Amino acid sequence: MAVTVKLPTQLRDATGGQAEVSGEGATVGEVLESLYGRFEPLRERLTDGEGGLRRFVNVYVGGEDIRFLDGLDTRVEDGAELNVLPAVAGG
Amino acid sequence: MAAKELKCRECGVTYALEARYVCDRCFGPLEVGYDHRRPEDPSGIRRRIQGGPQNIWRYADFLPLEAPPGPSVRSSSRLGLPAGCTPLVRADRLAERLGLHEVWVKNDAHNPTHSFKDRVVSVAAARARELGFEVLACASTGNLANSVAAHAAALGLDSYVFIPSDLEEQKVLGTGVYGTNLVKVRGNYDDVNRLCMELSFEHDKWAFVNVNLRPYYAEGSKTLSYEIAEQLGWETPDRLVVPIASGSLFTKIGKGFDEWLELGLITGEPPTMNGAQATGCSPVATAFAEGRDVCKPVKPATIAKSLAIGNPADGPYALDLARRSHGSIDAVTDDEIRAGIRLLAETTGIFTETAGGVTTAVLAKLAERGDIDPSERVVLVITGDGLKTLDAVRGTFTAYEVDANTDAFAAAVGVAA
Repeated sequence: MAVTVKLPTQLRDATGGQAEVSGEGATVGEVLESLYGRFEPLRERLTDGEGGLRRFVNVYVGGEDIRFLDGLDTRVEDGAELNVLPAVAGG
Repeated sequence: MAAKELKCRECGVTYALEARYVCDRCFGPLEVGYDHRRPEDPSGIRRRIQGGPQNIWRYADFLPLEAPPGPSVRSSSRLGLPAGCTPLVRADRLAERLGLHEVWVKNDAHNPTHSFKDRVVSVAAARARELGFEVLACASTGNLANSVAAHAAALGLDSYVFIPSDLEEQKVLGTGVYGTNLVKVRGNYDDVNRLCMELSFEHDKWAFVNVNLRPYYAEGSKTLSYEIAEQLGWETPDRLVVPIASGSLFTKIGKGFDEWLELGLITGEPPTMNGAQATGCSPVATAFAEGRDVCKPVKPATIAKSLAIGNPADGPYALDLARRSHGSIDAVTDDEIRAGIRLLAETTGIFTETAGGVTTAVLAKLAERGDIDPSERVVLVITGDGLKTLDAVRGTFTAYEVDANTDAFAAAVGVAA
């Protein structure tokens, strides 16, 4: 399944400047894994080395934080949009 | 300036003092690092501060600006709005009611737009101009919206202010009046925040004060601790009760005291830090109670809208500070919040918004639980004005309505001549 992944400015050097890339997979975890295959530096930047995401990385599917869904096991539909953003909040 | 770098709180990588807020390597938040040297004569620095302007720029040496507005700031709105130097009031009647010995109220409703946000926006706006930004913007739960709109108006900058569409009417009106571009987003604060972050990638001349200028913005909160220490005669209080939304204010208040203790400008111990949240949005209090060091995000449902951040980015650091200082993070219900507003109002004459109700109610809870030694000097940090959240007090009292004659008054009110 093809999924669009939008990346923040801070990660675009890992994708040759692309703000939006396409990933493959049935879950958020699989889609991200497919990206690590093509853009290896993303793995180090996003994951905690123990199979999870770093604690200041937020991932959204269709605008919803995956921590309200099933985390990395959250299912994604063909054509879904996944958004990776740094955790920054306060106001 | 003594500020020398931006440093990642997670992995320690350092960056130049530019418009950067997230570590490229690990996504951790960046914080301003300083090159302060412990002075041989702290009293000289204290005298210089005392001779400074009656606003936060008296602490400019401890803020990350190249050319902070000088003492003349009051005379020209084009230099921004003068924030800070708000009253610290000894609240003996409140203390008595709670069975405590010494309680002080730091009343930050006295700022130009009636909340502590004027402190952080002053610093962010000044730094935004130094870095060449042309527009001020923010994602806000209300108080920040008021402040950004007002500061932009004073400085003559365009502004875009993003708020949740269900915000209190007083906060909406108190923002739009300044002529900002006000954007009501259908969603909660966390949705607004996510939108603003995405917009910040596309508008590189816009300073989203609490997103891409966050390291500078957050430093403004330290001025609250500087002021409290100065007002207490260059001493730390024993304990502070502070509201928590993102956790930034809470942690920066801790940092402010730490910095000055290290420099020998003040005496005492690092204070015990108690955080206050509303039960309807208490991810940090919940993590504290469960002994976790990360916060699980929640969907907010509370009358304390200015604290309604379900995904608090500085939560881990707030938890660390509360534990390290032997404090706690507690949550109170909406009814307790209303009672807190009332308690503060009727014992001190200070009318606070719902966030202040949260803080006051948590103080009452700590007192009742016996967490506070009666000999302690406690500071209650009141961050905003009650006129911003009038719905919270609607229906909480009755008024007499009488004809304009003395008999009618006596009959209705029951007070004979």
